[in-house]
Amino acid sequence: MRKRTLLKSLLMGAGLGLGLSASMTAVAEEDTIKVGVLHSLSGTMAISETTLKDTVLMLVEQQNEKGGLLGKKLEAVVVDPASDWPLFAEKARELLEKEKVAAVFGCWTSVSRKSVLPVFEELNGLLFYPVQYEGEESSKNVFYTGAAPNQQAIPAVDYLKDELGVERWVLAGTDYVYPRTTNKILEAYLKQNGVAEDDIMINYTPFGHSDWQSIVADIKKFGSEGKKTAVVSTINGDANVPFYKELGNQGIAAEDIPVVAFSVGEEELSGIDTKPLVGHLAAWNYFMSVDTPENDTFIGTWHDFIGNDKRVTNDPMEAHKIGFDLWVKAVEKAGSTETDAVEDAIVGLETSNLTGGTAKMLANHHITKPVLIGEIQEDGQFAVVWQTDGEVPGDAWSDYLEGSKDLVGDWTDPINCGNYNTVTKECLGSQAAE
Amino acid sequence: MGLLTSMRGDTGGQIMLAVLAVVAVVVPILNLAVPESSPWHLSTYTVTLLGKYLTYALLAVAVDLVWGYLGILSLGHGAFFALGGYAMGMYLMRQIGERGVYGDPVLPDFMVFLDWQQLPWFWHGFDMFWFAALMVVLVPGALAFVFGWLAFRSRVTGVYLSIITQALTYALMLAFFRNEMGFGGNNGLTDFKDILGFDLQSDATRIALFLASALALALGYIACRGIVTSRLGRVAVAIRDAEARTRFIGYRVDRVKVAIWTFSAMLAGIAGALYVPQVGIINPGEFSPLNSIELVIWVAIGGRATLYGAVVGAVVVNYGKTYFTGAFPEAWLFALGGLFVLVTLFLPQGIAGLLRMLRRRGGGTDGPKTASGEASA
Amino acid sequence: MHAVPVLLTVGAPPSAGLLLSALLLATWPALAAAEEGERASAGAAPASYADVSSPAGAVAELAETPSIDGVDAGSADIAAAPADSDRGADGAEALVAETGTADSADAPVEETGASDSANAPVAETGTADGGDAPVAEASAGDSAAALATEVAAADSADALGTQNSETDNAAALAEVAAETDADAGLNPPGAEDAPEQPASLETAIAGLAERSFKVKQQAADDIAASGDERAADLLKALLNGDLYYRKDDKRIVFAEKSAAGLALTDALTGESLGEVGSRDAAKITVNNLMRNSLRTDIATLTLASPDPNVRLSAALEMVGTDDADTLAALRAQRSEESDGRVADAIDLAVAIAELKSEDAAVRLAAVESLRGSLYPAARNALGGLLASETDAGVLAAAEGVLADIESRVQTYKIAETVFFGLSLGSVLVLAAIGLAITFGVMGVINMAHGELIMIGAYTTYLVQLAMPNWIDYSLLVAIPAAFIVSGLFGIAIERTVIRFLYGRPLETLLATFGISLILQQLVRTTISAQNVIVENPSWMSGSLQINPALSLTYNRLYIVVFALMVFVALLLILKRTALGLQVRAVSQNRAMAQAMGVRSARVDALTFGLGAGIAGVAGVALSQLTNVGPNMGQAYIIDSFMVVVFGGVGNLWGTLVGGLTLGIANKFMEPWTGAVLAKILVLVFIILFIQKRPRGLFPQRGRAAEG
Repeated sequence: MRKRTLLKSLLMGAGLGLGLSASMTAVAEEDTIKVGVLHSLSGTMAISETTLKDTVLMLVEQQNEKGGLLGKKLEAVVVDPASDWPLFAEKARELLEKEKVAAVFGCWTSVSRKSVLPVFEELNGLLFYPVQYEGEESSKNVFYTGAAPNQQAIPAVDYLKDELGVERWVLAGTDYVYPRTTNKILEAYLKQNGVAEDDIMINYTPFGHSDWQSIVADIKKFGSEGKKTAVVSTINGDANVPFYKELGNQGIAAEDIPVVAFSVGEEELSGIDTKPLVGHLAAWNYFMSVDTPENDTFIGTWHDFIGNDKRVTNDPMEAHKIGFDLWVKAVEKAGSTETDAVEDAIVGLETSNLTGGTAKMLANHHITKPVLIGEIQEDGQFAVVWQTDGEVPGDAWSDYLEGSKDLVGDWTDPINCGNYNTVTKECLGSQAAE
Repeated sequence: MGLLTSMRGDTGGQIMLAVLAVVAVVVPILNLAVPESSPWHLSTYTVTLLGKYLTYALLAVAVDLVWGYLGILSLGHGAFFALGGYAMGMYLMRQIGERGVYGDPVLPDFMVFLDWQQLPWFWHGFDMFWFAALMVVLVPGALAFVFGWLAFRSRVTGVYLSIITQALTYALMLAFFRNEMGFGGNNGLTDFKDILGFDLQSDATRIALFLASALALALGYIACRGIVTSRLGRVAVAIRDAEARTRFIGYRVDRVKVAIWTFSAMLAGIAGALYVPQVGIINPGEFSPLNSIELVIWVAIGGRATLYGAVVGAVVVNYGKTYFTGAFPEAWLFALGGLFVLVTLFLPQGIAGLLRMLRRRGGGTDGPKTASGEASA
Repeated sequence: MHAVPVLLTVGAPPSAGLLLSALLLATWPALAAAEEGERASAGAAPASYADVSSPAGAVAELAETPSIDGVDAGSADIAAAPADSDRGADGAEALVAETGTADSADAPVEETGASDSANAPVAETGTADGGDAPVAEASAGDSAAALATEVAAADSADALGTQNSETDNAAALAEVAAETDADAGLNPPGAEDAPEQPASLETAIAGLAERSFKVKQQAADDIAASGDERAADLLKALLNGDLYYRKDDKRIVFAEKSAAGLALTDALTGESLGEVGSRDAAKITVNNLMRNSLRTDIATLTLASPDPNVRLSAALEMVGTDDADTLAALRAQRSEESDGRVADAIDLAVAIAELKSEDAAVRLAAVESLRGSLYPAARNALGGLLASETDAGVLAAAEGVLADIESRVQTYKIAETVFFGLSLGSVLVLAAIGLAITFGVMGVINMAHGELIMIGAYTTYLVQLAMPNWIDYSLLVAIPAAFIVSGLFGIAIERTVIRFLYGRPLETLLATFGISLILQQLVRTTISAQNVIVENPSWMSGSLQINPALSLTYNRLYIVVFALMVFVALLLILKRTALGLQVRAVSQNRAMAQAMGVRSARVDALTFGLGAGIAGVAGVALSQLTNVGPNMGQAYIIDSFMVVVFGGVGNLWGTLVGGLTLGIANKFMEPWTGAVLAKILVLVFIILFIQKRPRGLFPQRGRAAEG
């Protein structure tokens, strides 16, 4: 009978271990407020997301130095969803149900956000999402502190069109939802501005694409037909390095065919030899090079925290900082970390941007942001060459897409709906059904 | 019943099924009947997690059937799992109906915002559960049949076969990543609302899915046992150990292989279909070749050619993963990698082998000697 | 046209604003009209133009250059008047009319092309200047509102002027000078009538220290127009980022990195200014527009350079121009040009200009002279001609020439695709060839192969860290270093894990998969989860220009050659050395080899080490093409297995032929199917191919094959 007991204890151990570990962590330290950190620390997205985990840890530490929140210390709960999308949902559930965190800061890719969204809505949690994304979403439980397409893509195209006189457009992206949607929006926008079908070239490549020879040769040919050409790049992550290298080697300089990228920031550039890239552009809401006292302080704190003054700061880090500040203010205003109270309190709150101006949480759970266009410099930083006058409010639903032009998100009374059709005066989707 | 007699002599399997039965009774009680304040309450999180493990276990059984008893090392079984998952995902997508963010009664959200005007032909019929359920087994089955028929007839074996199964799942992954395919691209299918009219977010539905997974695992296990103890199963083992000789004796090796291979793929499809409503998302990442390699490793860790070992391996590795990613987010890959290396070096027969060894030392009777020498691969 | 002559003498800021706005209101219809008839309106006088290069630290400029055409004589008067005023160092009057900033929604401004579209409010110079200039909104067409706006604009401009008082300029005075446009190509013929007074280099250069790109741009144009011999060097330094300004006195200097920070040299006098800390001088940044115009300016200045390469790039820069002066300069250079390539480029530029000639005979000759030219500009010009040509003879000739060009381009296009395919193929071969040893020869399903490649790439990174000043030679060190490091890792893996698993290939898969996870995480924790920079040596950058239609990038070219070298070296090791003989013996029949006295344990370790070392060397090559990060290995592992299996396990030639075939097939399919589908099709092709030939392209024969 010995074998039986062994096997049984093994299986039961696994089952019970789960239950036990759940109850054990749940009772630990009742006098802290827990903050969940849901960023991949391994797998393909670790490259970008580990920095954000550190950022949240830094913000938590700072807040605790200031005496915590509501008289309690903050405690960060870090988990690793390992760049595995279903695991994101599982870990979100773990954070909300087991760890009972007050808010979660996390996700990078659209798919990871889509994966956790039902969990946050079911368990009524709070998610602060810090990355520029494709829009077309406004959830009661999510605060989008990154840019919507109208806060990044459209101003960038305006810049190219008006300042650089670009007439032909290559929309190159990685084949996933953010580039697809952004390019759809841009295509519609360009056509409205009189750009002919022939003058737009759209190209999609898979994740991590590394052999850019043919595509760059095509771009070169497309750009040599007499009209000023620019590339609008929504190429994601790893694929950028070989792309820019190939551009440089095939002799396409920024003056000939500028590339404006929406996914290349300081962090990405720190892994690239930037010499051949000088002059190419990026559109963001924050650059490390912007010279303001707030930014200097932030960079200084970051260097102290991470113990390395070579580390750069980037746009999603600022987004997390803004999100964190707004959450803290909302909790203080509401006097509670309870989700609904914080949601009510946070709309309309303001905090200062690191680049000057203020970020305001809007009723659609997006924020106001300035749009900056920077040119890549040899040292891996961006020199700001243009910026919008004041802040642009984030638009959850694009005005340039057929399906969404009549939709708005508004989480204040009386509408209280993420996808409200302004024409039919209806709240669409599942919220209507409830 | 013939199938149940097949459980005779399979002590490990009997224990496994007994434990499964106990878990299937205890878990719903702890979750539904015990109040949340009690330390004995089992959270829905844990129920879903256990449900997920059970679907993985079923998948591992399917892999063990072809690897352990037929000698085919499939590095692409994740593909069948994912196809079953997509079939179920498509059903769940259609169930959303007007509750999508754009309120379109027919088109799923991702099609609306990519400007699709009408439903692609292959999405038709998925609004009916019976059709989707049929597709869950038919699609992986058909793919496995065509693939197997080609490969086994041409006598592709060993490493070559393993690598082309990997090519298969890799190609499918790239294909499903393409948004033009109409399966939601990288985002896949998500934001499901209900299944057969039951709210997917309610505890009762989750328990029901958990029970369905447990039942599927039990039935799948018994069916596989039935196959391996049948005449067909003995031919399969003969093929595994000496394919050429079996062929010369007069067996139609390719037919045996295609039959078992297709059955295994269908089982994987069912596992995928149960997996999707519990985790709430299906996307092309499931086709990733690394996933398929990993699930071979579950089987190896549990103990190849034991079937119940596959169940144990799948649960142990995945529990380890869940635990380590939470407890040591920075170092869990060291632990997982180390586990793979150590098990290979010191537990060549996996956990099942370890149990057998302990039993033998303890003076117990010799169980059936299932794990024989390495297949030629 | 109702331009009103206005002379601005500034008293209080508000009145300056009023006057300014009056000026703007007066001139904008003219400017707008100019936009319509741009080049057509020869004979028109030059327009008002803000001299932004003055030492006053001019804050703004009125309009973009094209809009100066077509303004009538009235505004020429405006121009003339202040031109009398002294604009030396102490005079210090500058026009402060920030049109770009002032009118974010103002139609006139849009017409002048000064950058603002109504739907994207823009803070131009003002923002770049630290946001000092408040931005006023104006409703288009409402003159009263517009007036108010102008006042506001002038206020802000004044504020800026005051802010710049550090540079000795207290007042902001409008100076509307008949400025000669630096870019001769845009200058209307009528410009000669206006008082021409090129800014001296000394005056012009001060504008570079400003933060506004528009001011800097103007300064650069003025430098180019100054006719000073130092101009070309200054502009080149500016383009290369060697030009700095000292923060305390805004003196323009050349700077070189030195021990203390920066070693400065005065840009004008060449006088050494000693060393300063790196924070005391700031680099003068340039943007794309500036780079473009700098290149043109430099080209104009260097067309007569003694270096033929400089002349070539200068001539190419001028292709497409139809400016008479530039063309005259080109023709003059052509008559004394000795270098064939430069002569071709000049001919091309001249011919393209002549395609627009009124005279059909000239056009015909130009068309003929473009025959066979592979420059894209030639094709575009001919294509443009086809659309507009009325003369039948010229039309027929142009069609013929264009068809001829197209067919030649097509040939080169195929050559290019073959090269792309070869280069992709050689990457596959490099990645797979180490696996061909560990997997093909030894039968180890080595899932850690990708990570051994990664270790090679990280070795390159570490070598470059160790020798930051010798990047050009770093690869020569990195290749042996990577071979040794990865090889040692390989030997360690073999000795500690794999040697217990011989004869159980599937378990090697399990164990090496575990090792690959460990190695990935090892790199993440010891180095960084982020990608790291591996620089390209200068000789790996750029491309080999065979002709204008075909150029081969150096890094790809070297990698093709390198892959072949590695392949040959490996083949020699296996076929010609004692180790190679033993390796083959052990892989064919372990027991027999042992019986013959081969120390199989040692051979196993060395073989695995060799395969791992080759993987490391591949990592060096890949570091030149793609990311170096913890995940890079995973990107290659599957492709590597495909190549080895497709080629035939255990056969090096199979790996070579297999890799190259897959690469070329992929590249030929890509134009039709796109990158993703091409890859899918290649995979399907491999699956089907294996059905036909179950043991790959070059099946192993004999007993070993039955393994």
